[in-house]
Amino acid sequence: MLRYLIPLGLFLVLVAFLAIGLTRDPHEVPSPLINKAAPTFRLPQLRDPSKTFSAEDVRGKVWVLNVWASWCVSCRDEHPLLVEYAKTGAVPIYGLNWKDKRDDALAWLDDLGDPYVASFSDLDGRVAIDYGVYGAPETYVIDQSGVIRYKQIGPVTPDVWESKFLPLVQQLNREGAAK
Amino acid sequence: MRRARSFVALLLLCLIGLIAFAKEAQPIAEDAALEQRLQHLSKDLRCLVCQNETLADSRADLAEDLRREIREQMKAGKSDKEIIDFLTARYGQFILYKPRVTPATYLLWFGPFVLLLAGLAILFYYIKQRRDLIADQPLTNEERRRAEDMLRAGSRKETA
Repeated sequence: MLRYLIPLGLFLVLVAFLAIGLTRDPHEVPSPLINKAAPTFRLPQLRDPSKTFSAEDVRGKVWVLNVWASWCVSCRDEHPLLVEYAKTGAVPIYGLNWKDKRDDALAWLDDLGDPYVASFSDLDGRVAIDYGVYGAPETYVIDQSGVIRYKQIGPVTPDVWESKFLPLVQQLNREGAAK
Repeated sequence: MRRARSFVALLLLCLIGLIAFAKEAQPIAEDAALEQRLQHLSKDLRCLVCQNETLADSRADLAEDLRREIREQMKAGKSDKEIIDFLTARYGQFILYKPRVTPATYLLWFGPFVLLLAGLAILFYYIKQRRDLIADQPLTNEERRRAEDMLRAGSRKETA
């Protein structure tokens, strides 16, 4: 009896491991930056490059940083949702325009709508490296004291927005009000 | 004559290919030693876009950016360790093909040896048990007689 049960047991363990493996996305690399201070930067704004934007400018507010580019296919899927969420005013969304051509980026915003309070151009991808970006879109939630609290790799979906972003933003706002 | 002409045409076509290829090649780096160091270091780093490719081999945009970043840090006199710390602070241990030995990676590093030891232990236990089983059960007279009969029959066949 035992000689049949042991291989069967091992087989079931293997099946369990493989089943767990199927539910995980190997392309999703957990960021070591969660709960660390968001890297500082100063970048020219997309609409008016003579003006700059820095993470310090929004210190004291909960904000969302969305990494996007006009060449990024999944960003196109995500974009209408961001436009919709921006309208609700739940949280200000800022755009890091990653290694894009300015004209392409502006045309994209004109065509598809602009959900961003401001977008800024990371032409050579240096700020993106500081943020550990490896594929657009990526979206960060940054709290009042400039700490990264959440990172979404890949497009924001309605499910993720409802279950992750909104509760976290509400919690951070409550914490901020209590202070 | 026609064949010769088409041969020349073919040759020219091949040459065009060569020229196109030559254009794609990387410009010779101004600092060969630094390039070699970069090559050596980036062989142990994973490209995060195509995860089964090293940073040295990948042609992904991000890999090029990261190589540029590493090159600049090398020029600024940073050590290999400092550069690796810079990258792991941003991209995590996943960027290292050879993960560091930390509590989180103990299973990865020592798991195979633990399995090997467990396998050896089971093997020894099994062998010992069998040996005890055999030693504990001496042959009965009847079994001994049958064994001798068999041996005798075997030797008779051989001599025949």
